[in-house]
Amino acid sequence: MAVQTNPVIKLVEIHKTYHTGEVDVHAVRGVSREILPGEFVAIMGSSGSGKSTLMNMIGCLDRPTEGRYWLDGIDVSTLDRDALADVRNEKIGFVFQGFNLLSRTSALENVEMPMLYNRHRIAAHEQRDRALQALELVGLGDRADHHPNQLSGGQQQRVAIGRALVNRPSLLLADEPTGNLDSQTSIEIMGVFQKLNDQGITIVMVTHELDIARYTKQMVVLRDGKIVTDEKVADRLNAERELAHLKQAQAAVKLE
Amino acid sequence: MRIFASFRIAGRALRRNKMRSVLTMLGIIIGVGSVIAAVSITSGATKQVEDRVASLGQNVITVFSGNFTSGAMRGGWGSAPTLTTGDADAILQNVPNVVAVSPEVRDRAQVLANGLNWNTQVIGESPDYPQIRNWNIAKGSMFAEQDVRSIAKVAVIGKTVADQLFPNENPVGQTIRIRNIPFKIVGLLESKGFNLFGQDQDDVVIVPYSSHMHRITSRIYVNSILVQAASTEAITKVQSDISDLLLSRHRSREADFTVRNQVELMQAATATSKVMSILLAGIASVSLLVGGIGIMNIMLVSVTERTREIGIRMAVGARGNDILVQFLIEAVTLSAFGGSVGIGLGIGASRLISSLMQWPTLTPVAWIFIAFISSAVIGIISGFYPAWKASKLDPIDALHYE
Repeated sequence: MAVQTNPVIKLVEIHKTYHTGEVDVHAVRGVSREILPGEFVAIMGSSGSGKSTLMNMIGCLDRPTEGRYWLDGIDVSTLDRDALADVRNEKIGFVFQGFNLLSRTSALENVEMPMLYNRHRIAAHEQRDRALQALELVGLGDRADHHPNQLSGGQQQRVAIGRALVNRPSLLLADEPTGNLDSQTSIEIMGVFQKLNDQGITIVMVTHELDIARYTKQMVVLRDGKIVTDEKVADRLNAERELAHLKQAQAAVKLE
Repeated sequence: MRIFASFRIAGRALRRNKMRSVLTMLGIIIGVGSVIAAVSITSGATKQVEDRVASLGQNVITVFSGNFTSGAMRGGWGSAPTLTTGDADAILQNVPNVVAVSPEVRDRAQVLANGLNWNTQVIGESPDYPQIRNWNIAKGSMFAEQDVRSIAKVAVIGKTVADQLFPNENPVGQTIRIRNIPFKIVGLLESKGFNLFGQDQDDVVIVPYSSHMHRITSRIYVNSILVQAASTEAITKVQSDISDLLLSRHRSREADFTVRNQVELMQAATATSKVMSILLAGIASVSLLVGGIGIMNIMLVSVTERTREIGIRMAVGARGNDILVQFLIEAVTLSAFGGSVGIGLGIGASRLISSLMQWPTLTPVAWIFIAFISSAVIGIISGFYPAWKASKLDPIDALHYE
């Protein structure tokens, strides 16, 4: 590529060791990787492969014991708790497996929540406008007043994605986002991610399901804390098309 | 993070567990409520005593004859007559900052008028007496200095005497016989009610002290001398000046008189309620402490229950401080709301007591503030540990808390 772009994520020789009791657990052993803007990466691996630990560090929830990590040009490997909180607030949007919405709190207020913690104050009406925009983006503009218990799992995950996007982060981080969803809803959610990625949003996703990873652009496989495979997704799936197929199939079953 | 948003979040969290919030607040409600009720009752009683002391007059110093403060056995009040009208004149002329003086002679006597008779207190005073006692004349006027000099047979009567001797009649201008000596009534005093010792102050006939000493009783000594100081600040100085003056006039080393001021009377009369207030403050702090422990307990439970929420908030960028403030505000909301309800209930209870038992109650505004502020402070203190605990949670652990 002719145009030089700064990486969103730059990991250099990242290590993470947990000191639990007598045994030291070396969860991540020297991961180096750059992720450029517009990438859509799936991090895969079995449990114990270190993918969750790596994810936590990429998400600035945890610090590496060794190595350097630049996020959007900032060296975050040495920041303190508060500074990491600010980085999470400004640069990262999180989507979790269990949605992690606040119960008995409307979708709109859930989406507004990250803006409460902005270091620069955002006026109440602007918070509202931005939250509504984010909900429109994930196709839930008409459900702003609904509480999580009035929404389906897929809808809850869309609210969570809206919440992750509302502070206009440089990176969207998803941890098994389809783990709690049925296959059709999973495809719908992957469709949302694909749409967002088409708009230029960088997405890193942890998953252990191969057919979900096939909706991303790049697959990184971890084993024993190291990257063992890092390849472009060859037979990439398109969520819209898959969904259409699925609906046809369902319609066919009902006709018979 | 915006404080307003924090209050909204706190309100929602508390509404989520209505019953629990109410029960937690109950400790503070009962504590604050009982404090307010008790303070209202004691300050009502104190106010009543103070009013009665104040009804003695403004900045009044009383000189009593006889040294009844000595530890050795003495005859008692007035048994050693030492004060004269000359002392009174000397005080008025020689002591600075004295605005009025009234030598006082007292006796009980049968009075007759209108074919009715009544046993009452007959006192001799100077024309300054109503001014000193802050006592207005309802009808007619006070007798004059001229009447004192001429030993005039004039009298000013209290409301009770007027009611007894001149029912449904204007007593001013009529004649009253005191020990069979006719006195002309020149004035009727306004009603003043009962004094500190439960005596009816309106049951009185006032005559010039000279007339009292020469016509009704034959005395050369007066019972006491009332002195009015120019200001409250001057009282202490005036008091010691009077002592010095009288000591030199009486040529005695030991005081054969006692000088008392209103402030001392007030202190003596309110000593009981002071003890009561201290006792109440003790009980109040214990109950508020218990309420605070209740809040701390519930906040700890709440932090544990909402570990995952804390994790979510931290993940999206809440700093430890934001979490601390959020839980502190929640605790303060609990305690301050409980405090407000308690204040309301306390005022209500004291109103009820005052209407049911005819006790005077008074809720000082300062105490309402004190109660509110201290309940808020209790919220901060008891909420701090749980909030601090919440703020120190690790976001990863908190997110995976089940």
